[in-house]
Amino acid sequence: MKTRIQLRSNVGDFDHWLSLSVIALLGVGTMLVYAATKSWFAAQHLDPQYYLKRHILNIIIGSVLAYGTTLIDYRLLRAYTPILWGLGVLSLVAVLVPGVGSTVNGARSWIALPGGFQLQPAELAKISVIIGMSMLLAEGSDRGSEPGDVDVLRALAIAALPMLLIIIQPDLGEVLIISAAVISIIAVSGARSRWVVGLLLLGVLGSAVAVKSGVIHQYQLKRLQSFVDPTADPQQSGYQLRQSRITIGSGGVVGKGLFNGPQTNGRFVPEQQTDFIFTVAGEELGFLGSGFILLCFGLFFFRAFMIARRTNDAFGRLVCVGVIAWFAFQTFENIGMTMGLMPMTGVPLPFMSYGGSSMFANLVGLGLLQNVHVRSR
Amino acid sequence: MNQRSRLNLVVFQTLVASLLLALLGRLFYIQVADGLRYQNAALSIQSRDIITPAIRGAITDSSGLPLAMDRPGLQITVDRTTIDAMPDKGKAVLSRLAKLLGLKYGDLFNRTRLCGELKIGLRAGCWNGTRYQPIPVTKQASQTQALKVLENSGSYRGIDAASVPIRAYPSLAGENAAHVLGYVGTVTESDLANTAQNYFRNEIIGKSGLEYQYNQYLRGTPGIKTVIVDRKESVTHQARNTPSIPGNNLITNIDARLQSATETALANAVTRSHSLGYKADGGAAIVMDVKTGRILAIASYPTYDPNIWEKGLTVAEAQNLFSDKSNVPALNRPLQGMYAPASTFKAISIVAASKAGYSMNAQYNCPAQVTIGNHVFKNFETKSQGVVDMLHAIAISCDTIWYQIAYDEWVRDGGLRPKTGLHDYFFNAALGFGLGKKTGIDLPGEATGRLPNRDWKQKWYVANKSFFCNFTTKARKTDLTPYLIAIAKENCTDGNIIRAGDAVNFSIGQGDTLITPLQETQIYAAIANGGKMYQPEIARAVVKPDGTVVKTFKPKIVRTAPMTKANVSFLHDALRLVATAGTAAPVFANFPIHVAGKTGTGQVIGTNADGSSKDDTSWFASFAPVENPQYAVVMMVSQGGFGAEVSAVGVKDIYSAIYGVNGSTVDPKQAIFPDGPPKVLPILDVKNAKLPSKPKPKVSAVPSASPSKKVG
Repeated sequence: MKTRIQLRSNVGDFDHWLSLSVIALLGVGTMLVYAATKSWFAAQHLDPQYYLKRHILNIIIGSVLAYGTTLIDYRLLRAYTPILWGLGVLSLVAVLVPGVGSTVNGARSWIALPGGFQLQPAELAKISVIIGMSMLLAEGSDRGSEPGDVDVLRALAIAALPMLLIIIQPDLGEVLIISAAVISIIAVSGARSRWVVGLLLLGVLGSAVAVKSGVIHQYQLKRLQSFVDPTADPQQSGYQLRQSRITIGSGGVVGKGLFNGPQTNGRFVPEQQTDFIFTVAGEELGFLGSGFILLCFGLFFFRAFMIARRTNDAFGRLVCVGVIAWFAFQTFENIGMTMGLMPMTGVPLPFMSYGGSSMFANLVGLGLLQNVHVRSR
Repeated sequence: MNQRSRLNLVVFQTLVASLLLALLGRLFYIQVADGLRYQNAALSIQSRDIITPAIRGAITDSSGLPLAMDRPGLQITVDRTTIDAMPDKGKAVLSRLAKLLGLKYGDLFNRTRLCGELKIGLRAGCWNGTRYQPIPVTKQASQTQALKVLENSGSYRGIDAASVPIRAYPSLAGENAAHVLGYVGTVTESDLANTAQNYFRNEIIGKSGLEYQYNQYLRGTPGIKTVIVDRKESVTHQARNTPSIPGNNLITNIDARLQSATETALANAVTRSHSLGYKADGGAAIVMDVKTGRILAIASYPTYDPNIWEKGLTVAEAQNLFSDKSNVPALNRPLQGMYAPASTFKAISIVAASKAGYSMNAQYNCPAQVTIGNHVFKNFETKSQGVVDMLHAIAISCDTIWYQIAYDEWVRDGGLRPKTGLHDYFFNAALGFGLGKKTGIDLPGEATGRLPNRDWKQKWYVANKSFFCNFTTKARKTDLTPYLIAIAKENCTDGNIIRAGDAVNFSIGQGDTLITPLQETQIYAAIANGGKMYQPEIARAVVKPDGTVVKTFKPKIVRTAPMTKANVSFLHDALRLVATAGTAAPVFANFPIHVAGKTGTGQVIGTNADGSSKDDTSWFASFAPVENPQYAVVMMVSQGGFGAEVSAVGVKDIYSAIYGVNGSTVDPKQAIFPDGPPKVLPILDVKNAKLPSKPKPKVSAVPSASPSKKVG
């Protein structure tokens, strides 16, 4: 295998529409993070730009990581996949060790780093699962045949361990997103349909068992109940969902104007700079602004699918599919949750929510897509 | 890429596209299609209205003297959002405050709880407002208490003291006027449900009397400060601030000094009645300007302190107001008490008889008794007066003349088999004078009285038929006397028929006839002014705090009494004769004001709670001066005994106050109205209003004029 390092020509070879859509999302997201925190911090006599500055820093670090990701031919990554996967699993184990991992909102999913930074190993694990599975399932295709049952089983085994560790944290949102990626990769790999159907059934069954057996925590159950019946837990998750919906709805067609949302400035929606960032868009930018965000996501997925279709390399295609499934499901889950379409789980909105780990992971995901694009020309 | 991969990729692509479309659709629905609902919801989440009550307008008498006004009180409030955030939920602060105010901790705790927070039945004193405004726990704090709270804000965190208006009834002329003024209180849930009024929560509104009747003018417009709050209820900014607009002042026709004199005269009449051995359990006295229908004074006995409501009514006080033991002080007897008019009704009977063709100049026989059917109807004093003319028949209050006339007319109308084309002279005359109808006074809760004519009798029969037809099973054991059983039997078969006894009793204002003292006043005012029946009016004008007149209340004639000129002049002569040579002559001997009036002594069927039979209702209905009538004065004392010795004396006391009568002379300096009732509106200066030199009302000794004749 030949390694090409294309430092110079690289940027010019990128899919510009894909980059543009992400840059637009990052730009709008930055304004929204600022809007969500500005008056709140000012009222506490703190630096109103605290979150803005850190968010921009996250984007810069993430962009460097993304650019770095495009530099190495993704096909070379195969060699590093076991290391990447191993690191992912290791960090997932580390997060469960008391003293290393910290608990936020009932889930032990963060590793505190010096300087106030935190790392969410699940984001790293997500990427390693996508690459690892794609590698295994693409091998059959390289041989000119479809992945056999053994290949699928091996791929599932790669996904199973990190997922199990994430369930223990527990971070249900991440588990669901990884599941979506797993099923999508298997479906597009050309494996027998019974695997896809079987896995979907397993997912449904698994959730039912989880709810019954008590693996799902009380607070998670309450969130689900609130989704079905918002009055079930009006103080906590019911409150959050109701406020979230009212905040978006009150924006109307043109919104209240950036920095002018009374609901946002009153901080009626908890977590509004992270998981509920879309409510800020809804209130302050209205249907036009929020619709623009959805349009950007639409453009992003359209171009990403184009890359997946165009590449002749099965591995590259599966990586694309995995990344698309990840972003698509996470976007739908996050925005759907703010509008009462989906139950509440703590997943951030790709490219927009405040948060280092997810921002880094998202931009690395973008890097992977560009990488495949560049190498399929 | 094999076929399946390709297909699955397409499926996957479609799935992602539909997920995005679903989001877009949902977004459109909640932001555009259903956006208004969410915008309203957001507004109600963020905004809090803080209501500043307006200063309530004053109620003044016709000279501008305040009868009711807001005066500054010191209010202590508790801020729930602050004390709830304390580790002990404010227990320590509240116990400290309870000690300072001399309240029980439990009482204070209740006052700071929203009604919904307490169990039903244990909600005494609860706050029916919201958590977001400071909750008042007292309006009558002392200077020291308020200062302690303000100076030690550390140990009284969340507690505040401020000056607020409280309703006061200053009684500057010694008047009570509790019934006419009414009282104020906080709006209730049902008041709030009344969208026509648009009350604000915790607004103080009129609950009865003038405070209720003219609340829309008095209340003013509360100030509203809308603040935008965040999730933790801290105020982020102020959205609007509308200052309160003080309420308008109400000028009444009441004169505080006359009101006070009338109340004293009534109370003395009751005392006099007691000293004569009667039970005297209540009374009413009214002074009306016969030329306008304006009410110059209106008193009810027994009364209560109008200030008790703002002091905070205790359970004992509340029960006392409505208890029979204390003779129901809450009852506004002038317009809610109903009594048989007795002989005062004869003025109407004169009109009826005249219409029926009886000559007013003829001589009539006044025997001791008249037998009608198998009943014997006696003169009140069971004494024959021989042959008298109609004037003297009224003056000495002969009953038997009326028995005969009423019976004859009843027979002419067909007796027990009523003819078609009934004349019903007596019923129709009473109807013409408004019996059984409200006078339309501008006070709430007026009673209609009762006109027991053929319609009423029919309704009564329908309602009670089943009782009388099953009397032996439905009646109380003690009522199963042969006499009552016989009556029940009669009532069962044809209780809807006006009997001879009904007709006869009606002609002297007895039987089923009931009238309110106010109706009586309206009737005698009409006799005085030649037939104009004015709607009694308390309100004179509504003026803004700056003096601008908003509304004046013009005299309103509701009907014209069915009197001929001859009737009027006859009645003036006859009623004057009552005071010069008739039943009230001893009372008005040498009285310089020429009073015309009629005594009434109403028999009451029934027993008191202690088993004693009820004493008679004492009436005196009058107007003066007879040459050019200006005032109608009526007094009624229930269970008061005879009309002359109790009520007529009381009425004389009232005239004395109006004219400044001293013995047999008039001293204009002592008069409340030396030049008649005020014709122009006073210029209000509510805060500095002072009582003009107070004339001493000339009050008769107790008991006064010896009852020489016991005639009704």
